[in-house]
Amino acid sequence: MASKPNLDHPVFKIVKEAFPAVRFRATEFRGQSTLIVEPGNLHKVLAFLRHDDRCDFNFLSDVIGIDYLDYPTPMPGRFSVIYNLVSYTRDDRLFMKVFLDPSLPTDGIDEDPALYLDSVCDIWPGAEWTEREVFDMFGIRFRNHPDLRRILLWKDYPAHPLRKDYPLRGRGERETYRVIDRTDA
Amino acid sequence: MGIEAAITAEGFATTQLTKVMNWSRRSSLWPMPFATACCGIELMATASSRYDLARFGAEVMRFSPRQSDLLIVAGRVAIKMMPVLQRIYQQMTEPRWVISMGACASTGGVFDTYATVQGVDQFIPVDVYVPGCPPRPEQLIEGVMAIQRHIDEEGLPPVGGKRVPLNISVAPTHEVAPQPIGVSLGAS
Repeated sequence: MASKPNLDHPVFKIVKEAFPAVRFRATEFRGQSTLIVEPGNLHKVLAFLRHDDRCDFNFLSDVIGIDYLDYPTPMPGRFSVIYNLVSYTRDDRLFMKVFLDPSLPTDGIDEDPALYLDSVCDIWPGAEWTEREVFDMFGIRFRNHPDLRRILLWKDYPAHPLRKDYPLRGRGERETYRVIDRTDA
Repeated sequence: MGIEAAITAEGFATTQLTKVMNWSRRSSLWPMPFATACCGIELMATASSRYDLARFGAEVMRFSPRQSDLLIVAGRVAIKMMPVLQRIYQQMTEPRWVISMGACASTGGVFDTYATVQGVDQFIPVDVYVPGCPPRPEQLIEGVMAIQRHIDEEGLPPVGGKRVPLNISVAPTHEVAPQPIGVSLGAS
């Protein structure tokens, strides 16, 4: 059923030549190519993809988090973060992916040193809000981010709700709020 | 016609003062539209010329709660929105009434998630529930007319009608189940 990925994206070759010491993996699905790197190498590879003339990915379309808990096929890590790069000058699209494994239980909001990535706000300023969303929903933090706060939920929310071990209906957050009656004014 | 028909040839009519007040109150409800979703579109249609909420004296949408006496909660309300909704309710002038319009405002609707309030009546008093997803303008008009009947019969909202959280699903009922292998194309 699954066809073999067609790894012919021209940027793959350029990146491999530019970083001979870095371990890359790649995949492709329906013409969309994904480059997988280790978290430590993420920032320098993304900076290269942005600034090199042959790549010139001048737009960061989105930053997405994924939780692979109980995923049907084995994955290299529990969480992944995907950078959706677009080049308007070359009319091209490339996905950059990193995998992260938590070192602490994932049911709380404790700061996990294993769930850290380098922020790319210095490369694409537009990454500020998308990285905040990944932090809000998955608890993956970004080093050197100018303003890493929750973006959708409020400050004291006790969980990162898009983690798959968080119940869909929450843990009572939607039930606990003050009640006002007709005499309140 | 209307009230003129009740005036006698002598030019005066006898009635109760409360009846006159209730009549004037129900005939000039000023709604505060708290429209957060698609119900708000139906609310706008209700106020527009085709359905013409002005026939029932409730066409003056006030975007300041201090000038309004009917809060129409139209649409889903996230728990993050509750401080805003409660503040609007508290700022409204007495007497004040609340319509919970649509499935989401009344029960949470299809949004049975961690962030969505499962019925605004858990946190503010509600007088009339309008069902529908979204309700037709005729249904909302029926809701406004229900408020008018309420005003005619009782005059003022009951004091101390405190609603408590229903606590329907405090215990998590969701379990992550393994998915069947190969659900998507390209899964190896």
